[in-house]
Amino acid sequence: MIPTHGLHLRAVLIQALRTFFIDRGYLEVETPIRIPAPAPEAHIVPLTSEGCFLQTSPELCMKRLLAAGIPKIFQLCKCFRKAERGDRHLPEFTMLEWYATGSDYRDLMADCEALLRHLAAAMGKGGVLEWQGCRIDLGSEWERLTVAEAFRRYAPCTVEEALAQDQFDEMLVEYVEPHLGMTTPTFLCDYPATLGALARLSPTDPTVAERFELYVAGLELANGFSELVDPVEQRARFLAEQEGIRLQGRDPGPMPERFLDGLEAMPPAAGIALGVDRLVMLFTGVDSIDQVVAFTPERL
Amino acid sequence: MYSASDFRKGLKVQIDGEPYIMTDFSFSKPGKGQALYRARLRNMITGNAFEKTFRSNDKLEKAALEERTMQYLYKQGDEYFFMDNVSFEQLEMSKAQLGDATNFLTDNMDVDVLQYNGRPIGVTLPNFVSLKVTQSDPWVKGDTSGSDSKPVTMETGYVVQVPPFIEEGDKLQIDTRTGVYVTRVKE
Repeated sequence: MIPTHGLHLRAVLIQALRTFFIDRGYLEVETPIRIPAPAPEAHIVPLTSEGCFLQTSPELCMKRLLAAGIPKIFQLCKCFRKAERGDRHLPEFTMLEWYATGSDYRDLMADCEALLRHLAAAMGKGGVLEWQGCRIDLGSEWERLTVAEAFRRYAPCTVEEALAQDQFDEMLVEYVEPHLGMTTPTFLCDYPATLGALARLSPTDPTVAERFELYVAGLELANGFSELVDPVEQRARFLAEQEGIRLQGRDPGPMPERFLDGLEAMPPAAGIALGVDRLVMLFTGVDSIDQVVAFTPERL
Repeated sequence: MYSASDFRKGLKVQIDGEPYIMTDFSFSKPGKGQALYRARLRNMITGNAFEKTFRSNDKLEKAALEERTMQYLYKQGDEYFFMDNVSFEQLEMSKAQLGDATNFLTDNMDVDVLQYNGRPIGVTLPNFVSLKVTQSDPWVKGDTSGSDSKPVTMETGYVVQVPPFIEEGDKLQIDTRTGVYVTRVKE
């Protein structure tokens, strides 16, 4: 069934997203969807297209624009990830990414707070978001919780133990995520250093990366971080990711050399990717991503 | 063998030599993390159920079940009767054994009856069935609730969400795997 009412609300929300960034001096950009080399990431599988790849995120191209001297950019675009399908996943989905030079992941958290409050007002929602039986207060200060603390609080083991037993994702999904963002949105921050291939390590604690995920009512909405701008370190991280891909029996594809070449010129910056379809789910109250898109792959 | 990406509700698999049906399934993937496939599996003989999380490289064996096409005849109380169209042999199954399938069974429909060691344990339905709407509230013009759908009752007693233009007597195509309305069938 085509969700006609939901599509109207989706259009209003996307218009409000654009206004938010344009009013703050961000330049809207479009970068190619077909690219020769996506960022190698162990658990994100790209789709191929005529010898190229469909982007899994516009991240690399957008960072090259920062390196070329544009200080604040945003993009709304389609991204593609192979074999991702569930109530909260589509293999083709809409992403919002924004990047700003001179800022870090703390600034991105402040952006998220301002953005969701702006959207709530634009959608006539006020300060409280109701979703699937939860009431989430957008107006109060949002929770900031480190991954280490979240595991201490909710999981049966520490984050170090989960990593050592190769059970980090399972523990996160089963024990931690259901508690996140239940009264205010939650920033789950300071991920273990090995879990942020493109993120800068914390200058005060190099065992963690300056990376966060935003959760609202248990729903993961965005992933942001202070960008790694050291090309030598970035190449080493990509090589490690490629090794992980090979161990799964997959071809890691080519190294994104032009991105690495450009990284030398990139100023310190922060950037974030936010799932627009899930954002529409939150603001329209539905619990399945199928209800916020015109067509799912199965309905085409 | 089924790989994790083939998992879905209704899949029949074999674990330690016994047939199981996947009664619930969800896909999750924490940001930058790996895909996790959470399944609830029910033993098709004993009814015992358990939950397990699989990774994308995990595989499950296909259940060793015999399947034969039979026609659904009628029900009597909670018993449903089926007939083999070639041998005319008949057998019956209970409502409990059939589960959600009773929502979609209409007289004379061909289904695949599953047997394990000669004993019937369930049916596989066609992916899509056509059912008649037997009860529907008329759509009120000028309805400002902004809702896209309304509930209607089908000839089997199944209640499904449909667009407001559907009326009593319409025939609807339903996806039996998800239970969701697909389209109105033109007579």
